[in-house]
Parts: sequence; C-alpha cells; structure tokens
Amino acid sequence: MTSTSGTSDSLAYTDGNALAGPLADLFAVDITRASTSCVGCGGESAVAELHLYTAGPGFVARCPHCHDPVLRYVRTPSTAILDLRGTVRLEAPLAL
Amino acid sequence: MARTAIRRGLSQPLRWQLARLVAERTETSTAKTLVLEIDDWAGHVPGQHVDVRLTAEDGYSTQLSYSIASAPDGNQIELTIQLLQDGEVSPFLVQDFGLDDRIEVRGPIGGWFVLDPADDVPAVLVGGGSGVVPLMSMVRAYRTAATKSPMSLIYSVRSPDDVLFGGELDDQSPGLAFDVIYTRRAPEGTQRPVGRLMRSDISEQQTAQDRAYVCGPTGFVEAAAHLLVEIGYNERHIRTERFGPSGG
Repeated sequence: MTSTSGTSDSLAYTDGNALAGPLADLFAVDITRASTSCVGCGGESAVAELHLYTAGPGFVARCPHCHDPVLRYVRTPSTAILDLRGTVRLEAPLAL
Repeated sequence: MARTAIRRGLSQPLRWQLARLVAERTETSTAKTLVLEIDDWAGHVPGQHVDVRLTAEDGYSTQLSYSIASAPDGNQIELTIQLLQDGEVSPFLVQDFGLDDRIEVRGPIGGWFVLDPADDVPAVLVGGGSGVVPLMSMVRAYRTAATKSPMSLIYSVRSPDDVLFGGELDDQSPGLAFDVIYTRRAPEGTQRPVGRLMRSDISEQQTAQDRAYVCGPTGFVEAAAHLLVEIGYNERHIRTERFGPSGG
C-alpha cells in the first residue's frame, strides 16, 4: 500500500468512471472510454482512469501520472461548465 | 446481446426512470441486495452502474452511483448496498426502502469498467469490500455464457461476517475460481494469515494478455493494481474502479 499511496489525504479521490453519468448530459457517447492527453506531461489516460476529486462544488479530474488537472466540470441547475484547459486532445470511440 | 445493449445505452440520452423494489435479500448485518424492476430497461453489460436519485418532500435531492450486481436479466437489476452510517443514501436504501416502493434511477452507465462475456478473454477480478459487487455481475454472467476462458475472483474482506454473496462463492463452476482473503479475522482453519492482499495471493500463472479488473476503496485499488503490474500484467489490460478513501 505504501508504494503507491502516501498519507490518507492523498487517497481522497475516486476515478473518472464516476463521470459517466454526469457527462452524459453533454456528450452523445460514453466519454469515460475516451483517451485524453495531459497538457502537463503528455501522458495518455482514459477519462475513466483520471483521479477524480469531488469535495468542491464540481468535479476535478487529474492526470494519474503528473496530477495536473485535466478536466473540470461544474453543473448548475441550468448550466453545465466544462473546463478542458488541461487536455491537449480527447479521442473518443464512437458507438457503432 | 450485451453488445447491442451497450450500443443502445450509448446512443440514447440517459434519463431518469422509476425503479420498483420487487424483492430484497439480506447479505450481511449491514448489507442488503435490492431487486429492482424498471419498465423500460435497456439492459446492461457486467461492470456497469446506475445513478440513484432520492428527492425529499422539500425538494432537496441527492444522488449516488451503485454498481449492478446481477447478470443481465430482462427488466430487473440487483443492487447490493453496503450501509454507511454517515451516508446520505445507503441508510435509506438499506433500512427504510420497502417492497413496492420506488426510487429514481438512470442507467446503465459506464463503458470502461465492463466485461462482456462474449469477449471470452482470461480475466482475474480483484475486489476489496463492496468492490466485489460489479465483479459479481461479471461472475454471474460468466456462469451462463457459452464461452469459457478461465476467470478467477480474489475477494478481500475484513472478516467472515462481512462476506457478500457467501453462498455463491462456494459454487465453483468449471473455469471459475474463487479465493476469499481475510484482512482482520479469518474463519478457523484458514491457512493464510490475516492481512492485506499480497503478491502471493495472486496466481503467477496469469499472462500479460489476461485482463484484470480491480474494484474497491482507493487505497486497495492502488495497491492491487501495483501488485498486478509487478507480477507481469500489462498496465493497459488492468481496469480499475475506485469508490473512495475508506469505502464500505
């Protein structure tokens, strides 16, 4: 356990699988299967593999390699705000 | 069938639907399985989850994701809920939700942490605590599938009192292997000392081509995924699902 984790605070995340429902409001395909390239390190991950922090008012999904924020999503009753400044590229498999 | 379901699920907008409780089973003193019927259910692929939404009379609403425990079965799904005393949703679902009562669900959700039995690939499933729930859907679907690549389930749990799906884990089908690992207290006569998952708990016979599915509390998933990589699993073939720092 100590090899990949640190203090209990550093484990205060889940993962991008939990974005499948919320992001279905915006995307026509399941975006958790999409591959992302991180602006910070260039690392490739599926959206499902991003480390997800939900303690704030929205979702912050961080790169599992360098921990930079890759994607942020906030939902208000009437608006959805998606901040992708940490994402170079999003490559989504299409439903055939 | 399952492929059809996932395609349909992806191309149709998700919408909230009413689910009715048609049966329930007690799993442990703090966990219950709810059998829900949903009129227009698209069908799911093992590993997928649903969002559950509860709305109070004053309009306050809260939602949570729960993995589906059952194999695809018409318009019914089973959710196995672990009671979290300080939780907002699980105390209602485990203690107050009664037969014929209704809740709102939307799903099936998630196309990443899924195992379609038709893929017929050797797979090792590693679950910690209630992380075994989506893996149980994969096991149950495996039992009825025609394809028979080997599947093994390694289930890490605190004590014998916490074991979910107990009766089914004794029922070994050809190609299917179960191993329960106790971290705090084991039944009498258990050879393995109690303790967290370690390298020797995972069969070395797996190959780099095999798939691995790991689900549980975040610390468990990180440790288990690390062990799998050490043993020789290809990182790209390990799929993970984390449900929080402490989990249930």
